[in-house]
Amino acid sequence: MPHKTFFWFFFPSGLAMLIFIGLPIFSSLFQSLHIQPEQVLIEVETCDPFGCDTEVQVDQEATNVFREENPLGRFNGFKTYADRNHLALNEIAEAWNNKTSFSNFISSVLNLPFYKGLLFTLTFCFSVTPCVIVLGFIVALSVNVIAKSLKGPIIFGTILPMIVTPLIGSLVLFWMIDSQGILGAAIQVLFDDPNLSLKSSKSLTWIMLIVYGIWHNTPFAFVVFYAGLQTVPQDPIEAAIIDGASRAQRVRHIVLPHLYPVATFIALICLMDNFRVLEPILGFSAEGVAQSLSWMIYKDLRNETLMLFGSAGATSMLTILFIGILLTPVLLRTWKEFKTER
Amino acid sequence: MESKVNKYSSQLIIINSVFIILWLTISIFPFLWTLWGSFKVKADFFSRSDWWYAISGFNTMIETGGSFTFNGYIESWTEGAFWKAARNTVIVTFFVVTVSLFLGTLGAYALSRSTYKYTFWILIAALIFRAMPHITLVSGYLFPFFELQIWGILPTTIIVLVAINQPFTLWLLYSFFKTVPKELDESALIDGCSYFQAFRHVIMPIMWPGVVTAGLFSLMLAYNDFTVTSLLLNQQNYTMVPKINAYLGTVEHGGNYMWAVASVVSATAPLFMIVMFFQRNLISGLTAGAIKG
Repeated sequence: MPHKTFFWFFFPSGLAMLIFIGLPIFSSLFQSLHIQPEQVLIEVETCDPFGCDTEVQVDQEATNVFREENPLGRFNGFKTYADRNHLALNEIAEAWNNKTSFSNFISSVLNLPFYKGLLFTLTFCFSVTPCVIVLGFIVALSVNVIAKSLKGPIIFGTILPMIVTPLIGSLVLFWMIDSQGILGAAIQVLFDDPNLSLKSSKSLTWIMLIVYGIWHNTPFAFVVFYAGLQTVPQDPIEAAIIDGASRAQRVRHIVLPHLYPVATFIALICLMDNFRVLEPILGFSAEGVAQSLSWMIYKDLRNETLMLFGSAGATSMLTILFIGILLTPVLLRTWKEFKTER
Repeated sequence: MESKVNKYSSQLIIINSVFIILWLTISIFPFLWTLWGSFKVKADFFSRSDWWYAISGFNTMIETGGSFTFNGYIESWTEGAFWKAARNTVIVTFFVVTVSLFLGTLGAYALSRSTYKYTFWILIAALIFRAMPHITLVSGYLFPFFELQIWGILPTTIIVLVAINQPFTLWLLYSFFKTVPKELDESALIDGCSYFQAFRHVIMPIMWPGVVTAGLFSLMLAYNDFTVTSLLLNQQNYTMVPKINAYLGTVEHGGNYMWAVASVVSATAPLFMIVMFFQRNLISGLTAGAIKG
């Protein structure tokens, strides 16, 4: 196809991606270099049944005037990246100087908002993905051997958790797991502890979110593995049966190697999707103990008094950086393959 | 030949069936439970004292005089203005699907038929774009959209969703177009068709399965989106998913919890029906990427 024809065919799609995916990255970068004008801060105490929190808020009127004239605020360079809510360079240096032991240093670093968010995001990503791959593979193997007439309905039932949006999926689970829901009540009876609630402890909440992540993502892995299983060549399996290989050996030595690229694909998609985890945190109302990078951006943009463009932009850029690090191995591999093809 | 490979011991069949039934329960039961609970009052759905109330509808009986109530649905659709959110979702979904498919088929056709190196780089760029968390993009939109005064309205959201959806649509349709033999459009070109005519009259008619799959995925993206719609639309223009989230925000003040439960069911049911209808396409789409490895 000549260049000119290609250009006109691709132009609308390319333009849409350039304006709405390419440019926003630069817009975020630009915003992150600016900071909102000096704000008059006031301390507000918010109380809920679990205790009181003092929160620093912005005095609206005093800042409104300056904002109208200068909506993005003043140029701030990379200072937003270094402040307490992002990379927190000063705080880390301080913690390093005051450390009594190495674990003490690590725990004080992980108490800083950005590192807390990063820790949760990575924990979520790297605990959900392997479980999803293993479970999806097992489900695919067992659905593959059932009677043909049953396959359609069973596949439909299995993929339901995947087609609902994460917010609805997590709400549906949350309503059951909540201390007043059916599963929550069952757990209380089971452990004979009327005050036990999955929401009350940090580690239980994390486990709940990870279980949700597995529930939501496994259908995807299942469907892809299932399709992969249909392409497994039958001849080597026949030969293996003749040679006396057991079922487990056949799966281990023939099916698994064949599905290796499929597993890589699933891992890549799962990592990309789970890195942006946001809705489950809202659905489970777990903001208190589990913050992800996406949630931090959401919070900045949802700030009632003033949208913190600078802060959101800086977190966005750091998130994109981590996505880049995650994707590098894949991109390098593709690049090598491309080189050898030529 | 088939029978030899697929011979199983009865023990294995039993373990397998138990596992599948267990797995189906895990994936379906939460939805059935929510459906059942949406016809109850809050005191039953979240019955601290006795979970059997949720099934028998003890408090529902006291409050409404029957063991089933449609109050959650009626109130959320009228008082809670869920009808408006549903209408907005229909508008957004319809336009996102149409525009995405239009742009996507053109772009993917070009990518699959060009032999130059830059197609590789475009596809890699699309993969990187696919990996961007939507919220990082939204944080880039908000300020310019405020300045241009196009924030909060449906058309902006539609265009943004179309663009966010493009990378995946391109990859999906690209792998479908690759399966259509090149000779087909080449012969049309020799007969004097332009590229566009060959695309329009020769390729598109046999591409319907692929287009339906891509359309289904665009539909799911537009229908299910929360990040973009909740931050780029103003409250009056909310689609269903951010609307449900908004009901939750008011839980402490009003008794809107059952609104959320009823609207979760209202939002999920049509999607399930659509997917049930197009299940085959959905699965072929999911696997299109994997087979290539």
